[in-house]
Amino acid sequence: MCDTCGCEHGETAHEAAESRRIPVIQKLLSANDQAALENRQHLKAHGITAFNLMSSPGAGKTTLLLATIAALREQTRLGVIEGDTASQVDAEIIAATGTPVVQINTGGGCHLDAPMVHSALHALPLDALDVLFIENVGNLICPVAFDLGQNYKVALLSVPEGHDKPYKYPAIFEAVDVVVVTKADLMPYLDFDLEKFRALVHGLNDTAPVLTLSAKTGEGVADWLAWLGERFV
Amino acid sequence: MHELPLTEDILRIATQHAAGKPIIAIYLVIGDLTSFVDDAIQFYFDLIAPRTLAEGATLHFRRVAVRFRCRSCETEFAPVNHDWHCPACGALGGEVIAGKEFLVESIEVATEE
Repeated sequence: MCDTCGCEHGETAHEAAESRRIPVIQKLLSANDQAALENRQHLKAHGITAFNLMSSPGAGKTTLLLATIAALREQTRLGVIEGDTASQVDAEIIAATGTPVVQINTGGGCHLDAPMVHSALHALPLDALDVLFIENVGNLICPVAFDLGQNYKVALLSVPEGHDKPYKYPAIFEAVDVVVVTKADLMPYLDFDLEKFRALVHGLNDTAPVLTLSAKTGEGVADWLAWLGERFV
Repeated sequence: MHELPLTEDILRIATQHAAGKPIIAIYLVIGDLTSFVDDAIQFYFDLIAPRTLAEGATLHFRRVAVRFRCRSCETEFAPVNHDWHCPACGALGGEVIAGKEFLVESIEVATEE
């Protein structure tokens, strides 16, 4: 007798008779991907090129943005979306340069998603922008799983974080279009092995260039600006 | 905490395909290169599944390990810890050919007797 319901068919027959396997094969996060697609179309309609900047907290995303704004503001109309779990600190720094900026606070959330960026886009003067930088929540793990509708994904890694990070956080280095090593002015004081780092990144991703710069001293910033400039529409 | 929207997605997809029938099990395939944790998905599922077709359903997780295809000799291999070298030619790393999977593969639903 079947243990499940007391019928006379026995367990195996019971399962076969009373349940059915339905193939699904459907990718998860399709709701986010759909919103990302809409963001992408929205940005394209306004002729905007968008960059999604991802890194650990404190790698220097905002500092690199400030250096980028200072260099490009005269010839390119820039906008910024700032993502942080809390505070307006970054938005205030960007706003002080006169650049249109929207702060998203995720309230503890570990990444931006496409619906959040959709809302932020409506708060920006899109007709008055050529380029949008989206500064993601500081986190090497989750942001890469959420398409925002950007044109290019950028990973920053600061010298103090160490050259072994591709071993520990492979997904981000595998997925991005460029890797920027920041705080290069600290290289003489730390044991960061740039060649090892470059080899690991290229082991995962043979198309993303690895750029090295210091937004503090200006060293290498020209290479970053050149990479960006080649991608503006 | 980012597993909540993901778990809502799992529930939505499973419910759509169940066509009104009670869901007994949901079969998921998750690559190790994604940042999603089985226990966290289970935690949120237990919170949101009650009073839906998937109440009481069992989640089955099939994890897929990362595999590389060597860019020099096309050998396929699994990276082990911090050894990313191709066992055939020694090149470092490769194109990621497995580990990014992220889907609902199938569901099991109850059928009428």
